Amino acid sequence: MRRIQLFREIRQGVENLLLHKLRSMLTMLGVVFGVGSVVAMLSVGEGASKEALDQIRKVGMTNIIIRSMEPVEDATAARSHTHMTIYGLLYDDQQRIEETFKTVKQVVPVKLVRKDGRLGTRALELRVVGTTPDWFNLLSRDLVAGRVLMEDDAKDRAGVVVLTEFGARKLLATENTIGQKLRIGGKAYEIVGIVKSMGSSVGTIQMPDEEVDAYIPIEAAKERYGDVNVKMTGSNQMREMVELHEMIVEVDADVNVEATAAGIGSMLKQFHKKEDYKISVPLALLNQAKATKRTFNIVLGSIAAISLLVGGIGIMNIMLASVTERTREIGIRRAIGAKRLQIIRQFLIETVVLSTTGGLMGIGLGLFIPWMITLFAGMPTVVTMDSVILSVGISITVGIVFGLYPAARAAQVDPIIALRHE
Amino acid sequence: MSQTGGNNSVIRLEEVWKIYAMGHQEVHALAGVNMDFRKGDFWAIMGPSGSGKSTMLNILGCLDRVSKGKYFIEGKEISQFDDNDLSEIRLRHLGFIFQSFNLIPQLSVQRNIELPLYYLGWEPHQSAERAVELAQKVGLGERLDHKPTELSGGQMQRVAIARALANDPAILLADEPTGNLDTHTGDQILDLLCELNQAGKTIIMVTHEADIAKRAKKRLHMRDGRVESIEG
Repeated sequence: MRRIQLFREIRQGVENLLLHKLRSMLTMLGVVFGVGSVVAMLSVGEGASKEALDQIRKVGMTNIIIRSMEPVEDATAARSHTHMTIYGLLYDDQQRIEETFKTVKQVVPVKLVRKDGRLGTRALELRVVGTTPDWFNLLSRDLVAGRVLMEDDAKDRAGVVVLTEFGARKLLATENTIGQKLRIGGKAYEIVGIVKSMGSSVGTIQMPDEEVDAYIPIEAAKERYGDVNVKMTGSNQMREMVELHEMIVEVDADVNVEATAAGIGSMLKQFHKKEDYKISVPLALLNQAKATKRTFNIVLGSIAAISLLVGGIGIMNIMLASVTERTREIGIRRAIGAKRLQIIRQFLIETVVLSTTGGLMGIGLGLFIPWMITLFAGMPTVVTMDSVILSVGISITVGIVFGLYPAARAAQVDPIIALRHE
Repeated sequence: MSQTGGNNSVIRLEEVWKIYAMGHQEVHALAGVNMDFRKGDFWAIMGPSGSGKSTMLNILGCLDRVSKGKYFIEGKEISQFDDNDLSEIRLRHLGFIFQSFNLIPQLSVQRNIELPLYYLGWEPHQSAERAVELAQKVGLGERLDHKPTELSGGQMQRVAIARALANDPAILLADEPTGNLDTHTGDQILDLLCELNQAGKTIIMVTHEADIAKRAKKRLHMRDGRVESIEG
């Protein structure tokens, strides 16, 4: 019975609002824009943090990347033919990190060297990545053809190489090329597989992999290219010695990532006189994205709140006018036997119907605005179910809060005066 | 004697006063009224303006409360009832007919008639049945879906009567029911009221026209807040 009653009251509210379509529409506008901006705001924030999260997933949520960096003093120091810069991560660092931190699951060492690759008549400058098979576990990339590196490759010190899809395309390598010989810097390797690559960076995060990568076992890299690298800059020949160019540290759980990174930082400081490495924590970017989202939400949230307040006051204003206009109707209802509470209920339901309709239209607007933002500004946006539910809640609340006063005024109408009122 | 005078008393007033404060002065709109309205009566309350007949109707209709004295409806004293309880009395025991009909313009004839049943919490299909039955009784069976503005004055008053009957009230209170109608239409409305009275409905009607008052069985003349005389 009560449900039927409520249904009837809502229907009656809708009918009353439909009597003044234009007025109802204009009254709702404030809530429409308020709710629209709430939904749009949340979708932009959500889009930004989802984008950050996606980027981090590609690098690995629980990974810490340590890169060797040439210290500034060394780079600016006078260079001679005999000068050799020695810097960067050491083979020992890998072992130290693995042994010191319980939260570290594994450390993947990376040696990098740029060499020309030749397949038949095609050539391409490759970034040769000497690493362990675990690289492929930490950075999950799809396999296009063949296989990735295996433990046995390392044991055999085998001359095998895994190309990226991009590199393979440049060298005209295909599935059928698997098993053929690729010459890198004059040394022969058997192509065993092709994987996808991410490109050098996605968004703000530098990826460990590049499009021109060629993956070989780290043992092969050590043996064939050594630790000394000769770079030609103009007529100058520069020699540098780096044991490991990168290390990818996998941590057991994302809650331990930042603490472990800090621990590694202070440990490395003890063994390196100069800061010739850089630790980057992709997860920290997520926190940064969250902080940005929060700031964004506070700023736009206040704007939305003001807009909802203005919208609510608009509704209240119109409802007060409506109560005055319908004084006679209220008098009739009271004379027939409607209680004050029933009059309050009637007007409150009408206000809530008004604000909720505005809210639903606002949700429509809030779906449209992010779509436009993505289309024209290229920013990622995600409208979540939560924000839609929140908006419905907000609109109902606006209706109740700003409907109470007009409803109370309606209930105070004296039927004797109201009925005399021509 | 505070015993309700017999079983057939519908409304009884004992020494009822209605006093308004106008600045420092007190206005006695009702000054010690004693009345007994019995079942099946058809009363016309008459009197010049300011005689207290409107106040009398407001008190009888539970729209206003007595300042002093006792009000009994169907044997129950309700002089001290609050707003909420008085609403309940109006809803269950009273039916109103007004000079200006007082239909709700945005509601159809049927929904206007159903209004008291809505507040009584009737099921929609039951109240619809009742509304149809009442509309037929007042001769408006085909106008159920019309809006009041599409009806003539006489038809509107018929709808108002149907609405007043919906809750099967103990008493019908009519305030100048023919005041906004031409003589011919007014006569038809009075015919309908007489018909209802013959069928057993107690009616109290306020009017200032002697011709109309003649149609009632009993007449009550008021002056200065007092009952001046009773006829019939």
